[in-house]
Amino acid sequence: MKSLKILLAGTVAALALGGAAQAQRGTDGDLKILFWQAVSTLNPYLSGGTKEVYSSSMVIEPLARYDETGTLVPWLVSEIPTVANGGVASDMKSITWKIKPGVKWSDGSAFTADDVVFTWQYCTAPDGGCAQKAQYEGITKVEAVDPQTVKVSFAEPKYYPYGAFVGAQSPVIQKAQFKDCVGAKAPGCTAANFGPIGTGPFVVKEFKPNDVITFVANPNFRDAAKPAFASVTLKGGGDAASAARAVLETGEFDYGWNMQVEPEVLETMMKAGKGKLVTAFGTQVERINLNWTNPDPALGDKRSTVEGGKHPSLSDPAVRKALSMAIDRDIINEAGYGAAGKPTCNIVPAPDIYISTANDWCLKQDIAGANKLLDDAGWKKGGDGIRAKNGVKLSYLYQTSTNSVRQGTQALVKDWWQQIGVASELRNISASVFFGGDPASPDTFQKFYADVEMYTNNFDGTDPEKYLTEWLCNKIPAPANGWQGQNMPRYCNPDYDKIVAELSKTSDLKQRAELAKKANDMLTAEGAHIPLIHRGQISSTAVTLQGVRMNAWDSELWNVADWSRKK
Amino acid sequence: MTDTAAAALADTRAANETPMALFRRKFGAHKGGVAGLIVFIAILLIVYVGPLIHTIDPNKIDIRAKNQGPSLLHPFGTDNLGHDMLAQVMAGGQISLAVGMTAMLLSLLLGTLIGVLSGYFRRLDGPLMRLTDLFLALPLLPLLLVIILLFRDTLRTAFGPETGIFILIVFVIGITSWMHTARIVRGDVLAVKSQEFILAAKSSGMREYRIVLRHILPNVLSSIMVSATLGIAAAIITESALSFLGLGFPSDFPTWGRLLFDGTNFLQITPSRVMWPGLAISLTVLSINYVGDAIRDALDPRTVSR
Repeated sequence: MKSLKILLAGTVAALALGGAAQAQRGTDGDLKILFWQAVSTLNPYLSGGTKEVYSSSMVIEPLARYDETGTLVPWLVSEIPTVANGGVASDMKSITWKIKPGVKWSDGSAFTADDVVFTWQYCTAPDGGCAQKAQYEGITKVEAVDPQTVKVSFAEPKYYPYGAFVGAQSPVIQKAQFKDCVGAKAPGCTAANFGPIGTGPFVVKEFKPNDVITFVANPNFRDAAKPAFASVTLKGGGDAASAARAVLETGEFDYGWNMQVEPEVLETMMKAGKGKLVTAFGTQVERINLNWTNPDPALGDKRSTVEGGKHPSLSDPAVRKALSMAIDRDIINEAGYGAAGKPTCNIVPAPDIYISTANDWCLKQDIAGANKLLDDAGWKKGGDGIRAKNGVKLSYLYQTSTNSVRQGTQALVKDWWQQIGVASELRNISASVFFGGDPASPDTFQKFYADVEMYTNNFDGTDPEKYLTEWLCNKIPAPANGWQGQNMPRYCNPDYDKIVAELSKTSDLKQRAELAKKANDMLTAEGAHIPLIHRGQISSTAVTLQGVRMNAWDSELWNVADWSRKK
Repeated sequence: MTDTAAAALADTRAANETPMALFRRKFGAHKGGVAGLIVFIAILLIVYVGPLIHTIDPNKIDIRAKNQGPSLLHPFGTDNLGHDMLAQVMAGGQISLAVGMTAMLLSLLLGTLIGVLSGYFRRLDGPLMRLTDLFLALPLLPLLLVIILLFRDTLRTAFGPETGIFILIVFVIGITSWMHTARIVRGDVLAVKSQEFILAAKSSGMREYRIVLRHILPNVLSSIMVSATLGIAAAIITESALSFLGLGFPSDFPTWGRLLFDGTNFLQITPSRVMWPGLAISLTVLSINYVGDAIRDALDPRTVSR
């Protein structure tokens, strides 16, 4: 497995070097990308979905982003501000970005500091339901010192100041286009949300929501020789297996995102020789979120909200721990992930300094221990083999998106839970609905109208601080905030909030790592979720496509401007 | 000469036979129908009696025995989680057949009722046929989505997850597939209604419902039978489409359609995962079609004189 990764990395690097030599804009025709979860908007501020973030990253860009090694690289700025070069104030309360000269929006107008200021105002406007609010946490003011200089000020000293405007989740949008779309009016600006004007290598030509997006090369892109492709067709929909087939076996598409398919199936497809797999281990963790609030349909509008009260059985820590102990993560990995995954008990699985071993008890399945734990907690097996206490049965609705690997995992987990006297009802929901974020649908992962739900999430960049803020009490999704919070388990612990607050005040990397580990351990130990698999991102590329540098720390399409066709 | 003699003989024999015996004789004369009946009974036996002989639990997971080909222990092989495919096909058959039959009956009942009413009673014709048009014009998938979103939780709490979803799926398939039957039946009723024997029945003072039951229905039964046989197949397939979209039965609830869909990814590795459920669906549909054909021939009053 390791040698395969090295081999892949080597090929990718070689291709990148080879392709950079004699490229010219628009000479390589059409690039066909397949996202089997169709894209529903191109405004990442209105949808937290990875598909939206990735697809929009071809159009709108952040000031700086992470490369495939997790290193911060200047993108629309001339350098990364540090304390040493004076970009970051010595009291860590502000950071100053210097915009590269000559950056233009695709409509020809100049990219200025005002646009950056506006982006902050847009996302932090009241009633806006901004999905990326966590990126702007703790910012008191963003001001344009001059058209090329932006100063971001923080309320408290911010020891990792590279949150806002860094990475694919925090791109800069154009003020002229979005100025009438602030606050509650944001979702209504269809034209802008479906076709944002950006600084990136491509411009939206046509957007069919949940179907196809066509892009053409941006005539005003800052590098006159790029992008090599004249247009991009981003097709959405289908399922992971057919996407894998379209790239690996039939060669109809050049790039397929997120190949969550059984490893043996991928191997069979690869034999056709049309494509190859690219993997990168970032921070993706497949987890089962436990609902700390009550999802009972009888509660009506209050179901799965804090007002609706605690979950009748998952509020018992013994139950949460037993559910985790019963799972054999090695088998899940072997059945569904193969080389693209490894078992984990952490929600922050990388980079190395943040890896905790405190909860590694969970790596070993312990059915007997789980049974004993539940017995001791007073959950007694009934005649049907299901445990109950005071009339509350350990019977859970277990939802996830439709995907054969996930349904396989569901079946395995159900089997193990059965062995500890926990019944589960499986439900799978089409991925575009489950992750679609439509406030009108009851089946979204944000609404969490179920007891447990399984999916993958990750964080951009190498610093977990922002990510860890997702479990703060005030990030709980609720009708009041349009179900936009990221705290899916509805976990709320003031001690946890304190650790995260302390983390944001700590500058020493070692201490930061200790605090992040502490927060991570707390989440797993308290059972906000059950981490299952540290997933590598696995995508497929055609053998004729060169320049792909698989990136787990930012958008996979981060360097799409450098992609080209092998001649 | 011999022809008329044979016909006369048949006539006298027909006159002496009870209707049941007549039906049996005419059904027996239809070779395809008999073969279909045998196959269908065989499928029913395998699906309902088979699990008593092959006692592996269809949901038992044995990950070490994954992706196996046919063997003595697993005659149909295993899937990628180590489920025994034979047990899964049998368990899936119970659900698929139950869904297919019940949904077919529901859609048949609705379709026949609406078809007969609109064909026989002039005044109802317009409104009922426009209603049929309305249902035909409705985009099915969004309608299914709405129905399922609205009633899933209510039915789940009232009947439990499995029965609740069974009722919902049967209802959803039934309510969205009666239109073709209704139209065909209406056309047949219109044709039969204008014939003299109906006039005769009317003038003899027979009540309307008796005319419909005694004279119209037996004459349109043949087309109803055809609809019924097609309906089972359509219901089995619609159910699998719904399950695939995550709107049907949960994923650990095998049905033939779901087994088929799940198996498609593994077509190159374990072809038996697709072959057996596919064969089961095809054989069921084909055998029911033949049986329906034979029943139609046996029941058609016009074949009596032959």
